[in-house]
Amino acid sequence: MLNTLTLKQALDKLARNECNLAEIYADTQKQVEATTDLNIYLTMNEGAVTEAQSQAGQPLGGLPVAVKDNFSTKGIRTTASSTVLDTFVPQYDATVTKRIKLAGGVVLGKTNMDAWAHGSSTETSQYGRTLNPRNPEHLPGGSSGGSAAAVAADTCIIAIGSETAGSIRQPSAWCGTVGLKPTYGRVSRYGVVAMASSTDSPGPIGKTVEDTAILLNHIAGQDPYDGTTSPRSVEDFTLALNQDIKGMKIGMIYFDKPELSPLKAIYEKELKVLEELGAHVEFAQARDPRQSIGVYTVVQRAEVSSNLGRYDGIRYGNDRSFFGEEAKRRIMLGTFTLSKGYSDQYYMLAQKVRTLFLQDFARLFEKYDVLVAPTAPGYAKKIGASDGSAMFGELEDMLLEPSSIAGLPGINVPVFRDGKTNLYLGLDIIAPMWQESKMIQVADAFEKNTNWNPWRNGAQK
Amino acid sequence: MPLRKIPTGTLGEMELKNKMPNTYHTIIGMEVHAELKTATKMFCGCKNDPFFAPQPNIYTCPVCLGMPGGLPVANKKAIEWTIKLGLALGCQVNLFSHFDRKNYFYPDLAKGYQISQYDQPLCFDGKIETSFGDVRIRRIHLEEDTGKLQHTTIDGKKVSLIDFNRGGVPLIEIVTEPDIHSPEQAKEYAKKLRQILRFLNIADCDMEQGGMRLEANLSLSSDPKVLPNYKVELKNINSFRFLEKAIQFEERRHAELLSANQTPVQETRGWNDNKGETFSQRTKEDAEDYRYFPDPDLPPIRFTQLDIEKMRATLPELPSKMISRWQDQYGIEPKNSELLTEDKDKADWAEAIFKLAEKPNEVAKAIVNKKIIVKFSETAAEVIALYQQATQTDSVDETELKTTVETIISENPDAVVQYKAGKTQVLGFFFGQAQRKLGKKVDSQQLRSLFEEALRA
Repeated sequence: MLNTLTLKQALDKLARNECNLAEIYADTQKQVEATTDLNIYLTMNEGAVTEAQSQAGQPLGGLPVAVKDNFSTKGIRTTASSTVLDTFVPQYDATVTKRIKLAGGVVLGKTNMDAWAHGSSTETSQYGRTLNPRNPEHLPGGSSGGSAAAVAADTCIIAIGSETAGSIRQPSAWCGTVGLKPTYGRVSRYGVVAMASSTDSPGPIGKTVEDTAILLNHIAGQDPYDGTTSPRSVEDFTLALNQDIKGMKIGMIYFDKPELSPLKAIYEKELKVLEELGAHVEFAQARDPRQSIGVYTVVQRAEVSSNLGRYDGIRYGNDRSFFGEEAKRRIMLGTFTLSKGYSDQYYMLAQKVRTLFLQDFARLFEKYDVLVAPTAPGYAKKIGASDGSAMFGELEDMLLEPSSIAGLPGINVPVFRDGKTNLYLGLDIIAPMWQESKMIQVADAFEKNTNWNPWRNGAQK
Repeated sequence: MPLRKIPTGTLGEMELKNKMPNTYHTIIGMEVHAELKTATKMFCGCKNDPFFAPQPNIYTCPVCLGMPGGLPVANKKAIEWTIKLGLALGCQVNLFSHFDRKNYFYPDLAKGYQISQYDQPLCFDGKIETSFGDVRIRRIHLEEDTGKLQHTTIDGKKVSLIDFNRGGVPLIEIVTEPDIHSPEQAKEYAKKLRQILRFLNIADCDMEQGGMRLEANLSLSSDPKVLPNYKVELKNINSFRFLEKAIQFEERRHAELLSANQTPVQETRGWNDNKGETFSQRTKEDAEDYRYFPDPDLPPIRFTQLDIEKMRATLPELPSKMISRWQDQYGIEPKNSELLTEDKDKADWAEAIFKLAEKPNEVAKAIVNKKIIVKFSETAAEVIALYQQATQTDSVDETELKTTVETIISENPDAVVQYKAGKTQVLGFFFGQAQRKLGKKVDSQQLRSLFEEALRA
């Protein structure tokens, strides 16, 4: 089954002529069809196989990439999982989509997500929820749940997601995949349907740390179309692979939170390997992540209320009555917090607390090379769990919101699998701004020295 | 500075004396918008040429159309030009500023918000001198223009069309303090501002097309030191004359209302030139809430004092300075300089002529009064040649001249009849004949008196 290959394996096999693209696409297609019940894809790229042939030999080898439906794809419907954009076919490619194509990747299809990326379950999608391929009674997480599920179900070689606060790492944790959220400004947001502009970060979701490092190499870097991308040069992230982590200082954060006590023992046990590899690992005190919920909720809702203002019914076919409940809730809340007389109390205050988180991380990174924490407070929740819970996402993403509002990079790697449910726990490795290489180095070492990666070490799927 | 007093219109004098003081002081603050003439738009690479676009919506892209995923990237030149204007008006420049989103709904606003500047404009605290006194500039900020709506009928159906060629064009807003106290001062202020914008070569200020738009916030107060509790916004005014007329009209209207113990309604009014009156466009019950917040898509703008000084060094000599220098250097009377300093190109052209001219002020006068008709494409030497041709005369013997005049009169009896019937224009024909016969350039005054004398006979 060639669809189960990692990106690296597929590239190597193609280079050695051990298989061809047609075979890979045939197997992938079979798997896509076999998993339609999971509701992973919203739209398939009919021309994928043809495009792939012309991309053979390029760095990404013409291999199929699943792309979250909030990335603008020229000629392929892009809805952000909202029926407001039900018939919207963009005339341009997002920079990430363009760079993937330029590197020889092929957009296989557009993956389901929480509508407008509002949520952490895919349950706010107006095209129905996606099911977790590891256990279909459970949710894949979100908002990039479709992309994480696409990888977990081997319906693509690698995928693209976007994270505002947890939307790459949390679904990766729940689906047992690797999800890399780059530093804010490392990867262009141009062409990504805006959610919370000040934290949106596109990034890869893949089968291994190595795969995400390879894809990040192709999508990172300054973009003249996005003024918030950094002009700093981009290193080769694959150079951080297979490196010794001896002497690295690693701080374990959030383990003092009572919510995490049921998981504490598991993480402590699994993280021992880092010490065995020579790193210095210790508990560290970080600012209470619960405070970030308020910051994130206020800032994100405010930006959402402004970003969705353009869908006024004039130009995209469907009018405002097509917005779902969650979008409406967020627009209302954001409009309120930006209103005269309230913005000081909410928006401006939130920005001040955001600065406190920046300072707290700066303090921690004076002492540690990277920080590690559980990605989510637990395993994937059952389907329907988000119903009636307006703050579902914020609670599930609580441990990811501090690093997101601080713009820091983070990567999720599988850290444990429950044998009974087949569900995964994730480890979040956070690095200072622009130091993705450090977290890739630690994540790669962890992955290669444990048995939890389903593709690399033959753990049960 | 003395304030103008506005006489009230209709109420009788006695009645007024019993009720209110019969004079009011006009208080006006102005907001002027001008489109910058950068090559590209404010936040994307689209061509900035909305008035000459051959078709609607051709200078557009995902960014200025507000497509999902479009992101703005600020036009550096537009920022620098705004600062240049600020420096020309003696403003302070914010070394740290940023763009904000002004959220509101209107069909010509592609994103549902306009990118503008709220609490940290690029420039603040400047002034423009007028003959009535200084007008302080409160702030200058940079924003993007909106698209243009066209309400029309297609196939019998009423439709509204949107043209986004103008959407995203860089627009500066110059806001004054309430330092303007008469329609004439308002007009002078606006004209001076346009002159400076043109001089800096950063805006064409085509009023008719909407490249420069005037707005006056006006109220009348019985106490010049107290700002009244109301104001009326005169908006969308596209000529200096209309501005003056609209303010005059409003002064009278307010005075009448106030005299009748009424407060004019707080509202936006436009000018109807056909009727010669202002009309209500929109009343403002509550202040609008634009929910401003810093645009997260655009990084803050930072400058060092050195950057600002470098920009200051590139400022051209401004009209007011140039006019006084011309007076010192070439003896040009300021009234002649006004027209020649409308924009930088014209001023440079004029100065080149002054450098060559023997009597610069005379040449300037001839150009301004259209005694000689010149084109700006003509070189200084060509203009001077024209001037000399127009003013130089050959000396002609008085007797010869008289004889020639008499010959012409006797040869053209028809023209003489016409002249006597009141068609004085035929004098021109006689002059031409005289020049031809003599083969010389004769002083026209001299010719005129000779012909008139002969024809009276």
